[in-house]
Amino acid sequence: MRAVLTVVGKDKTGIISTISTFLAERNVNILDISQTILQDYFAMIMLVDVSRSAIELARLSEECTKLGDKIGMSIHVQHEEIFNAMHNV
Amino acid sequence: MFNTNDVLETVNMIEKEHLDIRTITMGVSLLPCINGTAEKTAKSVYDTVCKKAENIVKVAKDLTLEYGIPIVNKRVSVTPASLVCAPFAEKSALIGKALDDAANTVGIDFIGGYSALVHKGMSDYEKQFILSIPEVLASTERLCSSINIGSSKSGINMDAVKLMGGIIKKTAENTAESGGFGCAKLVVFCNAVEDNPFMAGAFHGLGESGTVINVGVSGPGVVQHAIESIPQADLSDLAEMIKRTAFKITRAGQIIAREAAKRLNAEFGIVDLSLAPTPARGDSVAAILEEMGLESVGTHGTTACLAMLNDAVKKGGVMASSRVGGLSGAFIPVSEDIGMIEAAARGTLKIDKLEAMTAVCSVGLDMIAVPGDTTASTISAIIADEAAIGMINNKTTAVRIIPAPNKKVGDEVNFGGLLGRAPIMAVHNESAEKFISRGGLIPAPIHSNKN
Repeated sequence: MRAVLTVVGKDKTGIISTISTFLAERNVNILDISQTILQDYFAMIMLVDVSRSAIELARLSEECTKLGDKIGMSIHVQHEEIFNAMHNV
Repeated sequence: MFNTNDVLETVNMIEKEHLDIRTITMGVSLLPCINGTAEKTAKSVYDTVCKKAENIVKVAKDLTLEYGIPIVNKRVSVTPASLVCAPFAEKSALIGKALDDAANTVGIDFIGGYSALVHKGMSDYEKQFILSIPEVLASTERLCSSINIGSSKSGINMDAVKLMGGIIKKTAENTAESGGFGCAKLVVFCNAVEDNPFMAGAFHGLGESGTVINVGVSGPGVVQHAIESIPQADLSDLAEMIKRTAFKITRAGQIIAREAAKRLNAEFGIVDLSLAPTPARGDSVAAILEEMGLESVGTHGTTACLAMLNDAVKKGGVMASSRVGGLSGAFIPVSEDIGMIEAAARGTLKIDKLEAMTAVCSVGLDMIAVPGDTTASTISAIIADEAAIGMINNKTTAVRIIPAPNKKVGDEVNFGGLLGRAPIMAVHNESAEKFISRGGLIPAPIHSNKN
């Protein structure tokens, strides 16, 4: 199962490193990354494989929210299906 | 990999524009519960709802986390209770209590289906059942009631319309301490649908299978934002934009509905894409109409804007899912929409204009508070007008009206939460008493004869 992780917030040093360490600790594999800077805002989108994740997607989602609060970014992880459904006919 | 803009658009819709799954509603058939006595049946009703819906709250929480879309309400709708109560109609209240208790036990927000379908005729047991409504709604917390008094196929049962005027008055009086709150849980329908996930009008129709999941998706804020993004667009482009937005929202609802049905061992019923406002700013249907170019909702042009909105929403929804059902369109509950509340308080939005609006959008006169001294026959006449619009136009119409005890025009009733607050709106003072007292049936329109 794949999920999409989005990180949005004010740009600063070490965001990718923090996130990728966090994911590696939970055995979540990163498949693809893209990032952009919109005005001052950093927006990163990761496609991740959660099939071997140490925790369920729902728990991963809760932990991502907590991590986001800690580092002052908005972090969401969502089942990839939602994006397929909404943006493809 | 996904398109960055698409991903961020979805995240934005949820974070900033109030996109949510308004409700996951499990439809449960109560027919297998009918069992000799009222007491035995009530126990069976309680057990059935508790068993079938035991995981709905947990599943909704998990889906919210996994898909990242908030699921606001968890609800259950049941077979119209008048059928279950038929052998012991004088004890209908027992079934009402069992349903309310079950809703409390499983932790859902509302349970709907304390209902009767009397659009062509009303038997004694149905009348007795309806007479229990004021007491039942006053003594329960989460139970909702709806009565279907007319249809395009059968006409309007004016005896039932007359009865409901009095029932609504009585319900308001019985819940006077909370501003007539009981009436917020009571809807009178013409052309009621069997798979509606929204309250207070949800019930589980007889044509449905045993256990069904219906999902109601909302998103007035998302539509408003989409319109804001093209300020100079002409109306065809605006309609196109609304349609596309509705498509996306419905798709999100469908995915949640399918997954919820799978996890809850139920059939996937329908997705109901209805722009259902909440009292929060940025989650208002009135604001969409004003964004289209009206100074205030209620002014000239409102009906046209709403007609276009409702139709574009339906088109987007139908394209997105082959299981679109329920009411699907735009809701205009006055107390639940900050823009409507403000327009009603200013006096720009009046009951007559609202009635015209209901001819072009889903549902009808919804969450309207009127003076406490409004007579039963006037309420019946308001119901008759709405039902006539529904009957002639082959659409669902409804009345959810609160004659707020001891309140007059200029006052306000506050229900709190998603039900919001309602400025008391003026009604016409001239009587319709004689018309209502005639009773009988308004015959079905000529275009109902299609066979």
